[in-house]
Amino acid sequence: MFEWLGGVLDAWLNIFLQPSPWGTVYLGLLFQGLAITFFVALVTWAIAFVLGSLIGIARTLPYKPLRFVTTAYVEIFRSVPLLVQLFLWFFVVPELLPQAWGTWIKNLESGSMLTAIIGLGCFTSVRIAEQVRAAILSISLGMKNASTALGMTRAQTYRYILLPMGYRIMLPPLTSEFLNNLKNTSTIFTIGVMDLMGRTSEMMEFTFKAYEPLFFATFCYLIINLLVVCAARFLEGMAAIPGFNAAR
Amino acid sequence: MFENFDFAVISANLGRFFLEGMGFTLRLTFFAGLAGFLLGTSLTLVRMASVPFVSRAIAVYINFIRSMPLVLLIFWFNFLLPGIWQEIIGSPYPITFNPLVLAFWTFTLFEAAYFAEIMRAGILSIPQGQAAAGRALGLTGLQVSLFVVLPQAFKNVLPVLLTQLIALFQDTTLVYIIGLKDFFRVIHIAAVRDGRQVELFIFAAVVYCIISYCSSLAVKKLQKPQQELWA
Amino acid sequence: MDTRMRPSALGFVAVFAALSAFAVPATAQDLTGTLKKVKDTGSISLGHRESSLPFSYYDDNQKVVGYAYELCDKLADAVQAELKMDKLERKLVAVTSANRIPLLTSGGIDLECGSTTNNLERQKEVSFTLTHYVTATRFVSKKANNYKSLDDLKGKTIVSTAGTSNIKLVTGLNTERNLGMTIIPAKDHADAFLMVETDRAAAFAMDDILIASLVAVSKTPDAYVISEEALSVEPYGSMLRKDDPAFKKVIDDAMLAMFKDGTIEKLYDKWFMNPIPPKNVTLNVPISAQFKKVIANPTDSGDPKDYAD
Repeated sequence: MFEWLGGVLDAWLNIFLQPSPWGTVYLGLLFQGLAITFFVALVTWAIAFVLGSLIGIARTLPYKPLRFVTTAYVEIFRSVPLLVQLFLWFFVVPELLPQAWGTWIKNLESGSMLTAIIGLGCFTSVRIAEQVRAAILSISLGMKNASTALGMTRAQTYRYILLPMGYRIMLPPLTSEFLNNLKNTSTIFTIGVMDLMGRTSEMMEFTFKAYEPLFFATFCYLIINLLVVCAARFLEGMAAIPGFNAAR
Repeated sequence: MFENFDFAVISANLGRFFLEGMGFTLRLTFFAGLAGFLLGTSLTLVRMASVPFVSRAIAVYINFIRSMPLVLLIFWFNFLLPGIWQEIIGSPYPITFNPLVLAFWTFTLFEAAYFAEIMRAGILSIPQGQAAAGRALGLTGLQVSLFVVLPQAFKNVLPVLLTQLIALFQDTTLVYIIGLKDFFRVIHIAAVRDGRQVELFIFAAVVYCIISYCSSLAVKKLQKPQQELWA
Repeated sequence: MDTRMRPSALGFVAVFAALSAFAVPATAQDLTGTLKKVKDTGSISLGHRESSLPFSYYDDNQKVVGYAYELCDKLADAVQAELKMDKLERKLVAVTSANRIPLLTSGGIDLECGSTTNNLERQKEVSFTLTHYVTATRFVSKKANNYKSLDDLKGKTIVSTAGTSNIKLVTGLNTERNLGMTIIPAKDHADAFLMVETDRAAAFAMDDILIASLVAVSKTPDAYVISEEALSVEPYGSMLRKDDPAFKKVIDDAMLAMFKDGTIEKLYDKWFMNPIPPKNVTLNVPISAQFKKVIANPTDSGDPKDYAD
C-alpha cells in the first residue's frame, strides 16, 4: 500500500519537476501563475470595492439623473456574460478609441493583464454595488429617521449610521463576492493572461497530461477558499458590535 | 467611430447565430437548469434528513463544487466524464460523448450545488410549526417535505432560483474553452474568420444584454417592491 | 452537434439485424479497440479543426472542408468497407490544438483530421498514420515592420496557437537565445493571425502552410511577409489512439492505397493548386521536394531527420 502510494507520488513529482520550455520546472510556472491569480484577484477586488461602493451609494440617493446613470451601469454590466465583456475590453475597445490610444494600449507589454483587471474590476463592481445598495436599504427607516431627528445631514447619516451598519451587514455576502471574484479570475486566460488557469492549461498542452495539472489547480483553489473563509470569520468577529447582530 | 461598421456580416449570419448558436445555448440552459434544480433539491432533502455519512458527503460535494471556478470544472468533466462512464458501464473502449450531453452533465452537476443551497435557505425559512402541523395531521415525513415544506420554500426562493438560471444562461458562454458551439462561439468563429470582431462582439453583447435584462425585469415583478430610503 | 448522417432508430435495428443474420468474417467478437467501438456504435467520431486552412476548417456555412478532412472521410469509408457496414455515421467534433490529444485518448474522437505534427514526443501518447504533408515552422509579420529573423523579435510580443508543437518550439528558443519575448497562446490559428492583423502581436509563429493560407484569405495579403528562416520541420499525420494495431493497420493500408493510386496527388491538386472556399483563393503551393519523397516512400515516422531534402 505505502509502496504503491510512494510510487504514485514519485511519478507525480517527476511530472511537476520536469523542465518546461520556459527553462524552469512546471511547478515553478504553476506557482508563477498562482501569484498572478492572487495579484489580479486583489487588485480587481480593490477597484471593484471602491467603484461598487460609490455606485451602490449613488443608487440610494434621491438624485434622479445620478440614479439613472448608475442603474444603467449596473444593468448593463450585470447582463453581459463575463467572457463577452473580457473580449469586448480586449478586442473591441482599442479599435473604437482614437487610433493613437488604441495602438498605445495594444503595444503595452502587459496589455492582457491590464485589460483583464479593468474588465473583471467592472464586472465585480456591479455585484458589490448591488450588495451595498441592498445593505443600506435593509437598515430600518427608524435608524435613518432617528439620525435626521438628531439633526444629522445626509452626508453625516451615511458616514455615521448607514455605512458602518451597512458594511457590517454586508460582510458575509462580501466574502462570497470576494471568492466569486477570485474564481472569475480563471476566465482571464482566454485573453492571454498566464494566471493559475493559464499555466495549468499550458502544462496540459505541453506535457499532454490532463489530470495532474488539473489536480494541482483544484488543490490551490480549495486551499485559497479555506483561507479566505477563515479570514472572513475572524474579520466578522472583530467587526461585530455588541448588541447588534451583524447578520441580523 | 461607426463609419467602418459592416452590418452585413451580422445580417448574413443571423440565421446560424440564432438557430444553431442560440438554440444550443437555450437548450443547454433549460435542460441543465431543470436537471440541476431537481438534483439540487434532492441533494438538499437528503442532506437535511441527516442520513449518517450520506448527508455529510453531500455537504462536502456542495461546498467543493461551490469553491471551484466553473472553468476548472469544465476542464475536469470534459476529460473525466467519458472515462468514468466507461468504467461504470464496463465498456471495452472509450466512450464518445455528444458535446451537448457532456455540457449538460457538466452544468447540471455544477448548478445542482448552487440550487441545493438556495433550496436549503428556502426550507430553513419555513417556520418549524408548518412541519409540526403537517405531522399532527398524520402526514409522513416525506409527505411533509414534499407537500408542506417544499412548495412554500419554492415559492419563497423562486426569484433567487430564476436569478440563478439567468446566471447559468450567462455561464454557458464558458463552453468556449472546450470548443462547443453555443451562441457566443458561433459568433466568435464568424468574427475571427472575417476579422469582424468589433461588430460581432458588440452584437453578441447586445443580444445577451437584452435577454438577461428582460428576464431579470420579469423576475423583479415577482419580488416585493423595495422601500425608498429618501421618500 | 455536427452529424452528416443520422440513421433512424429503425435503420439501426435493420442494420443490426442484417449483420447478425449474416455472420460476416469480421464479427464483433474478433474486433478490438476502435474497430469494435465503430462496429458497436455504428459511428466514428472525426476530430476536425476550425481554421487550419486548407487542411480542415469551416467554409462560409460553417461546414467542415479541407484536404485532411477529405482524406479522413475516405479513411472512414475504408473503415466502413473493412467492417462491412451498410451505414457509418460520421460524428464531427471540433477540436483545437490544445485539446486534440486528450480528446483522442479519452475517446472524444477516434481519428483526428487536422494539421497535427507527427513527432516522437507525441508518439508517446498517440499514434500517427502515414504523413500527408510536410511543412516547417516560420513566422508571419507585417511587411512594414521588416522583421527578418527571430532575433529581430527580441523583447516583442509574439503569438502562437496554444497546444501546438510550434509554440513549444518558440518558447524553448526564447529561453535558449534569451530573447525576452512575450509569448501569447491563442485559441486557434485564425485568432492568432488576427492578433498580428490588429497589431497586438509583432509576429505569429506557425507552420508556414497554415500562415500562407491565412495570409491568402486575409483582407490585405500584400501587407504580410513570411520569414525565410525555418525553425523546424513539421510532418503532418492524422492521429489515432495508441496501441490499437488493428485500427492502425486499416487506416495505414487505406492511406497507402491512396498514395499508390494517385488519390493523394489529386486531392493535393484540388486543395493547394485550385481555388478553395471560403474566398475562392488559390494557394498555389506545388508539392515540395520533402513531400515528393514521402509520396515515393510513404512513412509514419515522427523523426524530422527522415524528412530532410
